[in-house]
Amino acid sequence: MSELQAEAPTSAESVAAADAGDELLRVEGLVKHFPIKAGLLKHTVGQVRAVDGVDFAVKRGETLGVVGESGCGKTTLGRTVMKLLEPTSGRIIFDGKDITTYGRREMRPIRREVQIVFQDPYASLNPRMTVREIVGEPLRIHGQFRGQNGRQRVEELLRTVGLSPEHANRFPHEFSGGQRQRIGVARALALNPAMIVLDEPVSALDVSIQAQVVNLLEALQKDFGLTYLFIAHDLSVVRHVSDRIAVMYLGKVVEIGGREEIYRTPMHPYTQALLSAVPIESPNQRGKRSRIVLEGDVPSPANPPSGCRFRTRCWKAQPICAEQEPPLEPHGTSSEHRAACHFAEVLKPLELAPDSAPAQPVG
Amino acid sequence: MPEPILSIKDLTVEFSTEDGIVKAVTDVTYDLHPGEVLGVVGESGSGKSVSVMSVLGLIPQGRIVKGEAVYKGRDLLKLPQRELRKIRGGEMAMIFQDPMTSLNPVLTIGNQIGEAVKVHNPDSDDAAARKRVIHLLELVGVPYAERRIDQYPHEFSGGMRQRAMIAMAIANDPSVLIADEPTTALDVTIQAQIVEVLKAAREETHAAIILITHDLGLIAELADRVVVMYAGKVVELSDVYTIFNSPRHPYTLGLLNSLARLEGDQEWLHPIPGHPPSLVSLPPGCPFHPRCELSHGRVVCRTDFPALRSFGEGADHLSRCHFAEELAAAQATALANAGNPA
Repeated sequence: MSELQAEAPTSAESVAAADAGDELLRVEGLVKHFPIKAGLLKHTVGQVRAVDGVDFAVKRGETLGVVGESGCGKTTLGRTVMKLLEPTSGRIIFDGKDITTYGRREMRPIRREVQIVFQDPYASLNPRMTVREIVGEPLRIHGQFRGQNGRQRVEELLRTVGLSPEHANRFPHEFSGGQRQRIGVARALALNPAMIVLDEPVSALDVSIQAQVVNLLEALQKDFGLTYLFIAHDLSVVRHVSDRIAVMYLGKVVEIGGREEIYRTPMHPYTQALLSAVPIESPNQRGKRSRIVLEGDVPSPANPPSGCRFRTRCWKAQPICAEQEPPLEPHGTSSEHRAACHFAEVLKPLELAPDSAPAQPVG
Repeated sequence: MPEPILSIKDLTVEFSTEDGIVKAVTDVTYDLHPGEVLGVVGESGSGKSVSVMSVLGLIPQGRIVKGEAVYKGRDLLKLPQRELRKIRGGEMAMIFQDPMTSLNPVLTIGNQIGEAVKVHNPDSDDAAARKRVIHLLELVGVPYAERRIDQYPHEFSGGMRQRAMIAMAIANDPSVLIADEPTTALDVTIQAQIVEVLKAAREETHAAIILITHDLGLIAELADRVVVMYAGKVVELSDVYTIFNSPRHPYTLGLLNSLARLEGDQEWLHPIPGHPPSLVSLPPGCPFHPRCELSHGRVVCRTDFPALRSFGEGADHLSRCHFAEELAAAQATALANAGNPA
């Protein structure tokens, strides 16, 4: 098996992996710009700064949740860290290896280690392939689908995700949304990855089914020691699954910290606004939650505001916000909890108060 | 209780498909009272949209097998298209889920809202219509309305488009406003804005609103009464507080329990097991029985389709479950154990 030899890590890389301790993924100053082309000659006339300087680390076995609204760059971030998109600049260190400049061939063993589950279970499964072919495809590509063993592995994977082996001969259209997402998860698990990027894995599913898939993902994490990068916009689901959470706005991480730090003591005005916008859970809470209604829309990532990117919608903005970009740094609660704001201070938007004056945003 | 403004009775709608007849909505009955917000919740395929849209003649592929929908003394299902068209968009207006596809991309926002104004008020001239449109846009919080009235939908963000849709819907002072998943396609912070706009629209028009959604948060925020649908049937109906605080159908309870919460520390979520049935071949008896955690395999659940019966103290709480009383008992026990009757 020449393939196995090609994939064996060199000794130098093994040493680096040992040094990394329990950190599985680290990104430093990660940037992904998409060129805007115009005119007959397709000149580049600008850049969409989808991800614009992001740093974070994910420890082995933990779940880092990434939240933000559409266009904040969270999906691009997920795809760039696994090099489905080439980063514009910055570094990606996976398992102690700097994979930023890895080519196709060098990426192959890494691809086995990092898998992805997509949002749309209807678009992410090839309708002409049977479930056996879909789940077996990664095995085949990596030369691990060998006759009876391969079939057995597929059946085992289907059982693992709560489907029955008899489903293997069917086609995706015969399944409901929740079952399709299970097939997508089985495919991601096929190569025994260390890490899975979950890009809005339950957003397209009905509420009662969402909970099934969330539970499945958590059980798999426990059983196989998986590390998750969980990208979503549903703040309740993210809170439930994540150990730590990064909040993104317009290509930047504006706040990062432990789950309770983000939800109980958020320091960045955007995080506070986002949390305060989550719908109440019962009519009993009507009028008891202070709501920060942000005015205006997210600016274009092709032309982000100077300084702090949130300043155009922020009720705390001062002249300094336009001049200096606030660094992502601790503000007193803990060294792990960092926010990028000149005026960071704790506000508790989820706390229920009998009557409360919502903050006045500037238009 | 005042006379209902819209009264849907025994509505049954079917679709013919290659796989057979889909019973999208079966024997749906509910009333809409003046000025209230009636939430219609359910998951995909529960019939929540079909039950409302077919009343307005907006489901041309659907076959209305039986039923009536009485609006101001007239059965909408028997009205000729021309009469229905007068009501639709005027006295009964709609807000759709997807503002991207429900606005015409080649007409300006002002043109489209102006058209809605003029169709139902043929006497109004262009200048008056324009003034009315600007007023409407301001009302729903579109900034610089005088300038933005001449812009095209692509120059509006998703949230602004949804505001424009709401402006169009309230253009003719409707008495019934139908909002079909009005916030689903939007981001959280924009959703919160639209909720405020809907409240403002309600203040302005005093319209009764049918709010069709899968989002229990939106229901908690806005609804006065709630209809819960499952597999094309109404399974529970009550005021919003009762639905959330003491649900009497295991499906409603299951939905509430399956939500991830912002407080507390649950290790596991509590999903409803299984998945919704195919509407082509519904299970016999209660359509929810294969997923039900209350049934415990009892025979009656598998054989008899439960009636929608009134429950508890008033006639206002309806549940379609053979064993609804057991949920009351279980809740009482749980409260007693928690030692917290509040």
